[in-house]
Amino acid sequence: MLSRVPPQTLRILALLLVLFAVLLFFSTQVPNYLNGRLFNRISSSVAIMALIACGQTLVILTRNIDLSIGSTVGFVAFATGSLITNNPDIPPLVLATYSVLLGACFGVVNGLLVAYARIPSIIVTLGTMALFRSALVEYSDAKSITTNNLPTWLVEFPNTQLFTIGTFQFRAAFVVAVLVVFAVHIALTRLRPARKIYAVGSNPEAAEMAGINTKLVVFFTFVLAGALAGLAGFMFLARFGTITVVAGLGFELKSVASAVVGGVNIFGGSGSVIGALIGAILVDLIDMSLVRWQLVSEFWREAVLGSLILLSVAADAILMRRLVKWRVAREKKQTKSGVSS
Amino acid sequence: MKAALNRLQSWEGFLLCALILIILMNANLSPQFLSFSNQINLFQLSIEKIIVALVMTFIIINAEIDLSVGSMMGLSACAFGWMVQGGAPGGLAIVICLAIGIAGGALNGWFIAKVGLPSLVVTLATLIGFRGLARVLVEDRGINDFPEWFDALGQQGFIGSIPFALFAFVILFVALYIVLQRSGFGRKTYVIGTNRAVADYAGINTGRHKMILFMASGLVSAFAGLLYAARVGAVRGDVALGFELDIITIVLLGGVSIFGGRGTLVGTLLAVLIVLNLRNGMALVNITGHIQTGVIGLLLIGSVIAPRIDLTRLWRRPSGDTS
Repeated sequence: MLSRVPPQTLRILALLLVLFAVLLFFSTQVPNYLNGRLFNRISSSVAIMALIACGQTLVILTRNIDLSIGSTVGFVAFATGSLITNNPDIPPLVLATYSVLLGACFGVVNGLLVAYARIPSIIVTLGTMALFRSALVEYSDAKSITTNNLPTWLVEFPNTQLFTIGTFQFRAAFVVAVLVVFAVHIALTRLRPARKIYAVGSNPEAAEMAGINTKLVVFFTFVLAGALAGLAGFMFLARFGTITVVAGLGFELKSVASAVVGGVNIFGGSGSVIGALIGAILVDLIDMSLVRWQLVSEFWREAVLGSLILLSVAADAILMRRLVKWRVAREKKQTKSGVSS
Repeated sequence: MKAALNRLQSWEGFLLCALILIILMNANLSPQFLSFSNQINLFQLSIEKIIVALVMTFIIINAEIDLSVGSMMGLSACAFGWMVQGGAPGGLAIVICLAIGIAGGALNGWFIAKVGLPSLVVTLATLIGFRGLARVLVEDRGINDFPEWFDALGQQGFIGSIPFALFAFVILFVALYIVLQRSGFGRKTYVIGTNRAVADYAGINTGRHKMILFMASGLVSAFAGLLYAARVGAVRGDVALGFELDIITIVLLGGVSIFGGRGTLVGTLLAVLIVLNLRNGMALVNITGHIQTGVIGLLLIGSVIAPRIDLTRLWRRPSGDTS
């Protein structure tokens, strides 16, 4: 049976297993751990990172990286905040669309430079990371957005309960984020234009020969990543209310970490956004659980997180190599026995 | 004459022209710019970053990347503060900090060279992990009760008004220049960076080579972290946070190819001078930190597009007609 399951599904199963093990472990360590509040806390913080990690995954799938994504989130959060502060009557959907489009504009800049000017993405986005951040500083003019100036619907949006299962509250922001990730997943696995992302990532030359416009595909993944970061910026504004010039700082590396823990190959071509979502959940879960663990001080958080990422990636690489070897050996055996019989 | 012209058309030549332009502009802006103390000050303010940029040049030429350098600087500085506060003699603490740097680099190197993981992922994990260890050591305190000689080393002139860190930078630059541009080890660094498979077939122990480079990177980062602690006279958990991206920007601006195999230490040095002078000049006209970083970012992207505008083709066309 094991030989039939595709590696991606195996990865996700393994991730869920790890997630389950972590939950089990902490439930023996932290009193009153497994309850609705844990779910609610994690789901509200994952809502933002899931979107960013999803965009980052798309970019990584095409053998690129987007380090400017944190600056994009920060800028969009600030710009959306100042727009709604000055015009409190803007309807919610228009405001969200504004965020997404603004994020997409940043994606266009990255996409043009990477796909059409042919500059390595790490250089482009290292540059635009600083550039977008300084645009934010210039735009903000040393002011910040505060919760008091935001309309109530926006501040209440992330905490709106859409439905509850037992004590688990499914809040709007989380549900939206999960729906978006699943939509992207279905597109990636079922739709022809989105499949091209995998084709370009696994072998750009072959994709080019197969008639795929690789430049356009790379360009679009950056635009999509920007749009998703824009939506995340909207969520960020709604959740925190107070936005300063350092909003979203460090998100770029955290999103790469979530994607990598989620089994996305940093060299492109393989991985799934569902994996990235679970990766983001796992990172957040460990982050939050360590704070509540009496045995170690909360300052161990990052140290543990770093070793977890390293271990998960190393285990993934080693196990995948084994699996491939085992399957090849099995296939050889089968063909041999097939010949002899 | 022709040789000189050719040299000017190289990447280093371009950087040199840019540097001269920036210096002229700065000198025009403020008479104090060219003063000796301002020139020293300009180096002193980011001396730790430019020291690490020298080893980062090796790493990137080798077609790898080390994102953990900033965290290693933080870890070494915090470990020093923690040990000194605990009553350890300063000299011993320094040795242990440098050993931590080598050990951290060896950890990176092991996962990259032996397990075969991409360096981007490994050092991203240790970027978080080393920073975490630094925070474990100092938690949310600030430590500033260093020995007096240690503070003096960072804050006062070593010989005349030239600080110790600047000497360290110059010595390290000369030593590393000889290693990279004049030794077998340097040639191997280029060969492995150009094509690792070919280097393997040629009998080069690429794993060991990468291991040495990452250990050197850890060592120099730990050293730079100590210099930072000495200069500032205090450490906190967020020492050198985010320095890795500044350092990588400098190296890439210096013409080192992110794909490995190309670049020189002279290029890195010129990029260091450009960034330092540009920041200093912008500070003279009251442009603040984040905007400065934005301009450097713009310069980075521009620097990659600029060489595409192929001057040599324009130059050669007339001579091509005669042949």
